[in-house]
Amino acid sequence: MADTAETDAFVAFERVQKSYDGENLVVKDLNLSMPKGEFLTMLGPSGSGKTTCLMMLAGFETATYGEIKLDGVSINNIPPHKRGIGMVFQNYALFPHMTVAENLSFPLEVRKIGKSEREAKVKRALDMVQMGAFGGRRPAQMSGGQQQRIALARALVFEPELVLMDEPLGALDKQLRETLQFEITNLAHELGITVVYVTHDQTEALTMSDRVAVFDDGRIQQLAPPDELYEKPQNSFVAQFIGENNTLEGTVTKISGNHCEVRLDNGELIDALPVNVSAEGERTRVSIRPERVEFNKDRLQEGAHLLKAEVLEFIYMGDIFRTRLRVAGNEDFIIKTRNAPDQVRLEPGQQIEIGWLPEDCRALDAI
Amino acid sequence: MSDTSAPTETAQSGPMLAADGTPLKKSLARALRRQKLRALLLIAPLLIFVLVSFVAPIADMLFRSVENQIVSETLPRTTNALADWDADASDSPDEPVFEALFYDFFLAQERKLHTRLGTRLNYEMTGMSSLMRQSGRKVDDISDVYFDQFDDLDKNWDEAEPWAQLMGAPDWVAKMEGWEKGDRLPAFKLAPGIADLLPKTAEIYGEFAKFTINEDEKSLLKEEPWGVVHTALYQDLMAADVSSYTGPQAEMLKTADAAVVGFETVGFKDGFIEIDEDWGSREVWTTIQMYSPAYTNGYFLNAVDMQKTVDGPQMRDEDEQIYFTLFKRTMFMSLVITFSCILLGYPVAWLLANLPSRTANLLMILVLLPFWTSLLVRTSAWKVMLQQQGVINDVLVWMGLVADESRLVMINNQLGTIIAMTHILLPFMILPLYSVMQTIPPSYLRAAKSLGATNWTAFWRVYFPQSVPGIGAGSILVFILAIGYYITPEIVGGTTGTFISNRIAYHISSSLNWGLAAALGTILLGVVLLLYYVYDKIVGIDNVKLG
Ligand SMILES: Nc1ncnc2c1ncn2[C@@H]1O[C@H](COP(=O)(O)OP(=O)(O)OP(=O)(O)O)[C@@H](O)[C@H]1O
Ligand SMILES: [Mg+2]
Repeated sequence: MADTAETDAFVAFERVQKSYDGENLVVKDLNLSMPKGEFLTMLGPSGSGKTTCLMMLAGFETATYGEIKLDGVSINNIPPHKRGIGMVFQNYALFPHMTVAENLSFPLEVRKIGKSEREAKVKRALDMVQMGAFGGRRPAQMSGGQQQRIALARALVFEPELVLMDEPLGALDKQLRETLQFEITNLAHELGITVVYVTHDQTEALTMSDRVAVFDDGRIQQLAPPDELYEKPQNSFVAQFIGENNTLEGTVTKISGNHCEVRLDNGELIDALPVNVSAEGERTRVSIRPERVEFNKDRLQEGAHLLKAEVLEFIYMGDIFRTRLRVAGNEDFIIKTRNAPDQVRLEPGQQIEIGWLPEDCRALDAI
Repeated sequence: MSDTSAPTETAQSGPMLAADGTPLKKSLARALRRQKLRALLLIAPLLIFVLVSFVAPIADMLFRSVENQIVSETLPRTTNALADWDADASDSPDEPVFEALFYDFFLAQERKLHTRLGTRLNYEMTGMSSLMRQSGRKVDDISDVYFDQFDDLDKNWDEAEPWAQLMGAPDWVAKMEGWEKGDRLPAFKLAPGIADLLPKTAEIYGEFAKFTINEDEKSLLKEEPWGVVHTALYQDLMAADVSSYTGPQAEMLKTADAAVVGFETVGFKDGFIEIDEDWGSREVWTTIQMYSPAYTNGYFLNAVDMQKTVDGPQMRDEDEQIYFTLFKRTMFMSLVITFSCILLGYPVAWLLANLPSRTANLLMILVLLPFWTSLLVRTSAWKVMLQQQGVINDVLVWMGLVADESRLVMINNQLGTIIAMTHILLPFMILPLYSVMQTIPPSYLRAAKSLGATNWTAFWRVYFPQSVPGIGAGSILVFILAIGYYITPEIVGGTTGTFISNRIAYHISSSLNWGLAAALGTILLGVVLLLYYVYDKIVGIDNVKLG
């Protein structure tokens, strides 16, 4: 699954399993390797084991089985404070009894760094997150966004090569989140640090990361760069989880190379790209992104299969139009069209025919 | 208001008005009054209960620590006469003071008040109690001199009725004659003019009459007066001229007047010194004089091992100092107990806060278990454990760690008190600590470790400072409880392990020196408040959390 050679992996999980209670595996066979300087995001539904993975990497939880390596060295038996991994917590975890400057100087103090150097580093770290004027404040005297910046600065001040962030922006409002997303990625690239970032928010994951690991049920469902993840989901879960998605269920009737035909349950035939199917007669669930559905026949390939559809609802959303259709018994089939001058506005009740490029319609596993 | 564009609300000057035109403040206050009243009604039962059963007794107790009316109430004339006696100038006061003492003392012993006074003054000077009792028995020696001579002169001087006729107003006498047993006795009224003619007699007879009517509830026509009245009469007759007197018993009075010149007399001072030579002692008189005022700091001076002297307060002799030592010991041992509780309670509280909830609940039950057992049982259990033939010693001897003949003394001393009280007060440390620790998210420790702190540094620099409010709350609780603890030191403390409260209890129930007990209690309260204040200054009471 890893597309980087094991040898130059900076962080590596090798067949890692984790169970808290001895009955259920929370993490099942996790394999992951990251090169230095990568920004990797763990994305997945609640309870899928993201935090657990992060905690195992940080050293707060021990892996039940398998090995975690940092820079080629197994760190399974290294206590957290010797791992030199920076960490940003969701609730910031700024020490309330210390000022901001004291919070930042804490990791330097425990590393026995001299006073003057400490002060210089603290100042630099504060300036880095544009919080230079806040050194004397207590955490409680700052807003959530400010605290998050300080938490970030604190995780970076001792110059770790690897920084872990567990939903660091979860508690902030949308606008602030976007600003900070931008700042965090910039900082990470500037400093050349490796980041493992956990989030619930797929936009965040897509915009920030070099690669995204989609977690579900204790496994990585897909590990890929954002564009690949969105455009080429490997299975139904990823397709469903990332972005908006239309699904139709059916049976594979013909399969050859990178083309297959699927007979939908209402008898209609469509073209698709076989991803998770290998033989005729297999049940499948095909997935098409709403913006890849076309109803203008001129733009469709010659000989492509078409589907009848009825317009149920037309929603004007400013930059795009969102139209809900009934397609092959599915009443939640969405298409998205750009609001361009020549764009057709469909009317509810209208009967149309839709189609797509076969490579945009991915035949995935039937759940 | 030159700025015409200003919104109208800001243009309006004066207080904000409610819709009906009354000032907003006032209508708000009116609206809230009902609510407040209801709230007050809800807490009223508790408030009354606390006032009656807590605040009032404490206020009364505090008052007792300075109250000293007994001397001036029992010996009003004496304390008056003694006011300008200069102890430096003469060893004992002069005749007038003794005369006053005679009247006061005679009346007091008739009312059996002199022993109470003796008890009170005995706190200040040993021997006062026996002096008072002795004098109470013998004060008649003085009055009898005059009584016998009047009696010899005319048997009627030892009769109730002639006296009543002589001293009482005619209408009162008439009422008395019509009085029958069971009725209310009419209040005594002096005959007109008698107070001018025989002032002392009138005063003393008045006292006698009041006592007989109110306390004895007997008829003055049947009760012959006390000898003290005769003494007063003698003094009056020596000074006054009764030739113009025409009222009842004029004959008898005039005969007596003529005879008194020839009476044998006795000096009051000589008489008292005859009864007990201590009455000539300067110390007795300075003590009475010092404790004449209605309020005194004497109890407080006693409570800090000082005493009142003529030259102002002075420390007691080294070997008489007990309270200061006791206060010091109480403080010291309470501190030791508090620290032991912190030491033992902190890890337990930590476990409670960090274990999975099922285990934590079980542990919590163990912590609370002592609360469900009687204090007395727990303390007695320690007695069983710690005594020389007790469980711990037996085990140590059995293991060969301690020789049989040199068993450890762990009870009836400070060690015993510290062990037992630490155990008993431990929950009061654990509970506040636990509730504070529960609010410290584990992510702080994790953050500290991820920043490179060892377990110890993370604990000491990050966790511990945040648990300090819990330590503070627990310490205040334990220390204040310890400082006033009574039962446990009483049972396991022996002589060296008792607290100031045991002394207070002793004064309340055994020596009955309530004033001193109150003063000790007040000082204890003061010390606690002072410590609380200091604590507030240093740690800040806002930093104390109970959860
Ligand atoms: N300390 C623990 N003891 C027992 N079970 C735990 C513990 N921590 C997590 N779990 C379980 O492990 C599973 C994965 O939890 P984890 O916190 O890793 O999920 P997550 O992906 O981070 O979820 P979220 O997005 O909600 O943070 C969950 O089912 C959770 O109940
Ligand atoms: Mg999580």
